[in-house]
Amino acid sequence: MDFRDTPEGAEYRKKARAFLEQHAQLEPPDSGRGYRDGNDDPAALERAREWQRIKADAGYAGITWPREYAGQGGTTLEQIIYEQEEAQFDIPRGNFFYIGLGWAMPTLFQWSNKEEILKHAGKVLRGDEIWCQLFSEPAGGSDLAALRTKAVRDGDDWIINGQKIWTSGGQYSDFGILVARNDTTQAKHKGLTCFILDMKSPGVEVRPIRQMSGDSHFNEVFFDNVRIPDSRRLGEVGDGWKVAMTTLMNERYNLVELVPPDFEQIFHLAQNTVLESGPALDDPAIREKLADLYCRAQGMTYTNFRTMSALSQGKTPGPEVSIGKLVNSGRLQESADLGSDLFEQSGMLMEEDMPMRALFQRAYLYSPGWRLGGGTDEILRNTIAERVLGLPQDVRLDKGVAFKDIPTGPTGN
Amino acid sequence: MNFDFPDEVKAMQIQADDYLTQTNARAAARHVIEGAPSAARRDWAEMAQMGWTGLIIPEHLGGNDIGYIAQCALAYELGRHVSPAPMASSIYLVAEALVRYGSDAQKQKWLPALAEGRISACFAEAEGLSQGRGDLCAAQVANGVLSGVKKPVPDGMDAELALVVAQEDGETGLYLVELQASGVTRQVVQTIEGIREHAAITFDKAEVDLLVRGQTALTDIKQRAAVCIAFEQVGGAQACLDMAVAFAKERFAFGRAIGSFQAIKHKLADMFVAIELARSNAYFAAWALSTDARELPVAAATARLSAGKAYWLAAKENVQTHGGLGFTWELDCHLYYRRHKALKLLLGGNRVWENRLIDGLKSGLVEL
Ligand SMILES: Cc1cc2nc3c(=O)[nH]c(=O)nc-3n(C[C@H](O)[C@H](O)[C@H](O)COP(=O)(O)OP(=O)(O)OC[C@H]3O[C@@H](n4cnc5c(N)ncnc54)[C@H](O)[C@@H]3O)c2cc1C
Repeated sequence: MDFRDTPEGAEYRKKARAFLEQHAQLEPPDSGRGYRDGNDDPAALERAREWQRIKADAGYAGITWPREYAGQGGTTLEQIIYEQEEAQFDIPRGNFFYIGLGWAMPTLFQWSNKEEILKHAGKVLRGDEIWCQLFSEPAGGSDLAALRTKAVRDGDDWIINGQKIWTSGGQYSDFGILVARNDTTQAKHKGLTCFILDMKSPGVEVRPIRQMSGDSHFNEVFFDNVRIPDSRRLGEVGDGWKVAMTTLMNERYNLVELVPPDFEQIFHLAQNTVLESGPALDDPAIREKLADLYCRAQGMTYTNFRTMSALSQGKTPGPEVSIGKLVNSGRLQESADLGSDLFEQSGMLMEEDMPMRALFQRAYLYSPGWRLGGGTDEILRNTIAERVLGLPQDVRLDKGVAFKDIPTGPTGN
Repeated sequence: MNFDFPDEVKAMQIQADDYLTQTNARAAARHVIEGAPSAARRDWAEMAQMGWTGLIIPEHLGGNDIGYIAQCALAYELGRHVSPAPMASSIYLVAEALVRYGSDAQKQKWLPALAEGRISACFAEAEGLSQGRGDLCAAQVANGVLSGVKKPVPDGMDAELALVVAQEDGETGLYLVELQASGVTRQVVQTIEGIREHAAITFDKAEVDLLVRGQTALTDIKQRAAVCIAFEQVGGAQACLDMAVAFAKERFAFGRAIGSFQAIKHKLADMFVAIELARSNAYFAAWALSTDARELPVAAATARLSAGKAYWLAAKENVQTHGGLGFTWELDCHLYYRRHKALKLLLGGNRVWENRLIDGLKSGLVEL
């Protein structure tokens, strides 16, 4: 039993590390790393884009993508190794490209054609093209298949009418993966079809939504007789659910990434804080909380090692991969809460003079979003219970019922 | 990277599972708690024949020296079946201490007998209410003899050998004591677990053989044993989850399987998550144990805290999932509920290990 890299893995890590050292600085634990780059700031987008280009030129973008699509043809393991190394450096952390890189393009690889893919792949790799995911609607979030946006065939085109919501990065996006309903007489999972939508098409309107954290990362997107050529359909007509599931699988897998503050940051903060009762780190209540956060952080690190072991032996990872997002978003919120508590009364003050305080405050305000987006805590528990433990499905009132006949709430949603 | 048990260890694990299933370890545990500990003794000899007692004992001393990883895998199975075998006492603690600190003569005298299952041993640290730190214990050694009372001592009734924590000239030491010798009397004491017999052992000028002096050695042995015990805890938690899942699929209420109710589903999903985190932490600690890594103190504490947390959640919610049945003596849920508490208290409760963990991080034992 060991958790060293394979010789090839170690070689890859060394190269990645050398690349990072050449282009970025290691970040000290008290830099408040991660708090700066919001997702609704055009300057942050420019910084992120510059960094993405450097990565693409050096071969660290699209690591797992096939070579024929401008990728590196590498392994998931290499991708993980690169991310582990990158996490330690001071690089722009605005999240603008992850949907295109991690979810949208892999969906295209599986469901689109070469010509279409080649139009996008190179640009996505360099951050020149941004993608979004047009799935959730006012009437369909957890219950995604309840979505109502309509797609009607008209000659060689489809005409789209309806509305999406919570679309991350929609305001910057050039393209989106859209799932819409083409047949309301079928059961709800059956009448859906997926498309590539050019966000600049006439009739698309994007309206940013202000989040509880104050910034506006997600949006409402309205469609008023928007035309999409049939050549931009993904998968067969009526296969939209299958296509959407590919995207969601990629989403879950990728969301295992770490969001700051990590354990090092909360520990560093506690180590340098003196409370009324004395040094914070001598306080048994704080020790207990830190110990628990450490157990969860390490538990995830080593769970990822287990996943990496399976991947490096060419096996499919076990069911433990399903715990990542649930565990990480929970501990993110709790360390944000503990961290801001450590500042005592000054923990209320939102002035940007102290990067560490700002980091924990920001995390306090954005962590609730992590427990929702990409599958809520509750939905993830359902998934573990049903898919991993094999428990029976909940009673469903919409099973086998034509979509148009499914009951709705008093407000119609 | 191979962060998993090697194939030969997995094969041994399957064999262990088979044996514990065939001999019905859970029923044996039940015999002990119902006052008939005899079957446990027979099983101990058979376990020795299969090589389970010799995994960390060198070959020239009667063991097979297969190693810690195998011992951890075995511990997982013993925990899963709530086996009453005195493995933690005899092997994770006493054999471990002999291997690490024994003189050649001490090793020769005891390790072959332990490896071959001819004897069992116990670890005598606690002293009723004044237990805890070795440097606070009342048992005293002077002029080569020991006086004091140790209780509860797990597996203390059957054992031939005790490793006793005592004070001599104000310093903590670990002493080997033959329990059939004069000056030793034993009495059964009731404990919250009951699945292993516990003793109160009174030493009245009993002859001792010093194994090693110092708090450091005591801490070292306990933290090494804690890794194996973490595997017992994870195994126990997994058994609870398996029982609860099986029951939730079969039991119907309101016209449907209770496993289709979300309150039950989410409980079981939370158990799964806690167990997987604990399992991963235990794997890392097993690696640290098997390689004597400098991270061991932190890794052992992490494994222990996280396994204790998973076991607690799984043990109590397994009872809850079973409804009234879960609360009966007849069902096995309570065996795990009891064992959870015993394993959590043996070697010291959470406060002790939280301090080890945080102190270890403070002194930079691991890279953050
Ligand atoms: C920061 C952020 C970014 C997002 N980005 C995108 C994006 O880019 N593209 C996109 O398409 N969507 C995006 N989403 C939407 C996200 O996928 C949905 O918010 C999520 O799936 C929940 O759907 P909902 O908001 O409609 O809540 P609902 O589904 O209405 O849920 C409300 C509550 O009910 C619970 N609930 C619902 N169903 C069940 C059930 N079966 N069992 C138990 N509890 C249940 C939920 O857990 C939740 O607590 C984003 C969301 C957030 C917060």
